[in-house]
Amino acid sequence: MTRDPKQITERTIGLVAVCVLLLAPALFSDYWVDVILTQMLIVGIAAASLIFLAAYGGMISLAQTALAGTAGFILGNLATVGGEGGESKGLALGWDPTLSLVIAIVGTVLIGLFFGAIAARSTGIYFLMITLTFSVIGFYFVGQVTVISGFSGIGGINRYTPGFIGDMVNDRYRLFYIALGVALFVYAVIRFVVRTPFGLSLQGVRDEPVRMSSLGYAVPLHRTLAFGLAAFFAALSGVLLVWWQGQVAPGDVGLPATIDLLVVAVIGGLARIEGAWVGALAFILIGNYIRDSWLTRLLDDLHIGGSFNTIIGLIFLLIVIVSPDGLVGLWDRLWGRIQGGGDSDATVAPAGAVPREV
Amino acid sequence: MSERLTQLDVRRSLPWLVVGLLVFGALLYIVVLAEPSPDIGGNWRSTTFGSAIDDWQSFTRTLLNGLTFAALLFIVASGFSLIFGLMRVVNMAYGSFYLVGGYIAYEVQQRMTGAGFTIPGIEVSTWEWVFPAIVAAGLVGLLGLVVQQLFLSWNQGQELRQALITIAISVIIADQVIAHFNGGLASTVTWPGWTNRLVELPLLGVDYSLARLVMLFLGIAVGIALWVWLYRTRTGMVIRAGVDDLQMTSALGVNIKRTLAIAFVVGSALAAFGGVVGASQGAIAPGQDGQWLLNSLVVVIIGGMGSLLGAAVGSLLYGLTFSFSAVYLPTIGDNCCTQYSIVFTFILLALVLAFRPQGLFGKFS
Repeated sequence: MTRDPKQITERTIGLVAVCVLLLAPALFSDYWVDVILTQMLIVGIAAASLIFLAAYGGMISLAQTALAGTAGFILGNLATVGGEGGESKGLALGWDPTLSLVIAIVGTVLIGLFFGAIAARSTGIYFLMITLTFSVIGFYFVGQVTVISGFSGIGGINRYTPGFIGDMVNDRYRLFYIALGVALFVYAVIRFVVRTPFGLSLQGVRDEPVRMSSLGYAVPLHRTLAFGLAAFFAALSGVLLVWWQGQVAPGDVGLPATIDLLVVAVIGGLARIEGAWVGALAFILIGNYIRDSWLTRLLDDLHIGGSFNTIIGLIFLLIVIVSPDGLVGLWDRLWGRIQGGGDSDATVAPAGAVPREV
Repeated sequence: MSERLTQLDVRRSLPWLVVGLLVFGALLYIVVLAEPSPDIGGNWRSTTFGSAIDDWQSFTRTLLNGLTFAALLFIVASGFSLIFGLMRVVNMAYGSFYLVGGYIAYEVQQRMTGAGFTIPGIEVSTWEWVFPAIVAAGLVGLLGLVVQQLFLSWNQGQELRQALITIAISVIIADQVIAHFNGGLASTVTWPGWTNRLVELPLLGVDYSLARLVMLFLGIAVGIALWVWLYRTRTGMVIRAGVDDLQMTSALGVNIKRTLAIAFVVGSALAAFGGVVGASQGAIAPGQDGQWLLNSLVVVIIGGMGSLLGAAVGSLLYGLTFSFSAVYLPTIGDNCCTQYSIVFTFILLALVLAFRPQGLFGKFS
């Protein structure tokens, strides 16, 4: 083990963060725990699935929001109960919640593998375009097919949770701890997977696809499997999100939602998994506290017009221009500066954020 | 040896077999099998209009709808493809340019006619449509120039960063459009008055909207103009050389920065012109930026990036698939099956990607 001060600092920060989160209900107001922190954990999981693909597979996928939504829609259609006193939208099949949950996750992974197989032969910018197309087609699908959703979506999904998950409607701390557990699980799985032979060859595929291919590695298969794994993470976040929101609607998978997730990942930093939750926290804080602040009023004062989205766009633009590696990238560079510029830390993925094109 | 050859042949011909069977099945259904749907119930053969043999006029109209939609698709997507082919920039703000173009034309036309919210279609002169279109294309071309010079010229080659930058720009533009154009309401540019009628088409024997035929004509005109520009002028020659090898072209002493700027301006102007045509045919509304980004993406993914012919073929395939799947899917009960028409767009895309990841006329993968 290296005694790198940066690593020690990061681990300390991480440990403190987890401890603070564990004690969050005692430390923060209900609003903070329920809205900001829970949302941060859930959005962070979705962002982690995007960053996992970007940092270790060199694939910027815009399909993660759609995949999360897929899990939500499957769960919403299977688990809710129709008829008197039930939900009128969706298929409302009223299946066993546990079974529905399993089907939602497995189904999403299968769909992810299918999409991944189609997209896997493309890289870089093509991959981004193809996954974006999948995602927008998915949006129109759920918008048009009124049987499974309709425009207003399916509500009341959080009333039908499996017994081992418990009450999602009244016990909001419960959802927070479940989200925390799932987030830690996803983080651990990613950290584990990238050290396995599969993870290492995936990083080889990211850096030198041609060389890996001539060494006998099945490049498209690696990309497809990575995409399937990312779909699994996305499915987890999608399930948590519908429990948190209580409902799922086409808007959850629309282009604005897709771009929001990308913004989260880019603000955090596409090169490292930690960026997912850093970006999610930053994005949600901006969303909660800048929406009606002096910044948006400044727009009116300067006669520019526009709303919160203009601010978000400007912040996003600034980050992409100044620091393509996001906040975590800034942190890495700060340490590089402190340590005299000789930053050879292996955890800084060299080609993570902006993979080079051949 | 011969066995291996046969295996190879089977593998090679499989894509064509799959595609051929699908196309044959679809044609058979449309031409012969489809039946007009009864008032109650219906089976897998029930469709909105019935087969082409039974209802020739509806079939022709669907075909023309597909072709005219393809013309609009081509106007928009050819600019996207031009920008991508030359600069490898995926301009994610392209849909926003479409939206801004449509709204500028709306505002200009409103000021010119001074007619307020709804303009009586018959009173609009040709000039009152053409001038707004020119202003919209010019201003959005200028917007494209600013975006390209400020944000995309200094990071040439960093494709993903450029894509992210244009996404940020699209977020800003989408919000600004709502703030500044007609309160973000759906708005319509009015076609010139003389197009506001049906014409009887010779040979086909159907009445068809003249405005949509004008749209078809505009698409073909844009296609011819682009072809002449790209294949018969010096600038076009440089652009084609740049598509093939940007560095080599630059090394030969061509002012490549100027060429890139020109291509970006023309591409942006095409988006705006498409926006004007789209706003005239339907309406323009916030949120359509995403829809037209999708349309452009689908067309160039099918046709291949940076190919004019690819954009044309991609537009045709997508336009016809879109138009026919909406009408010739079975109508059984309330919820089946025309609402699934978007699936056909996806199938088209998946088939192309599965067998030709670089698109039908794409040069590299």
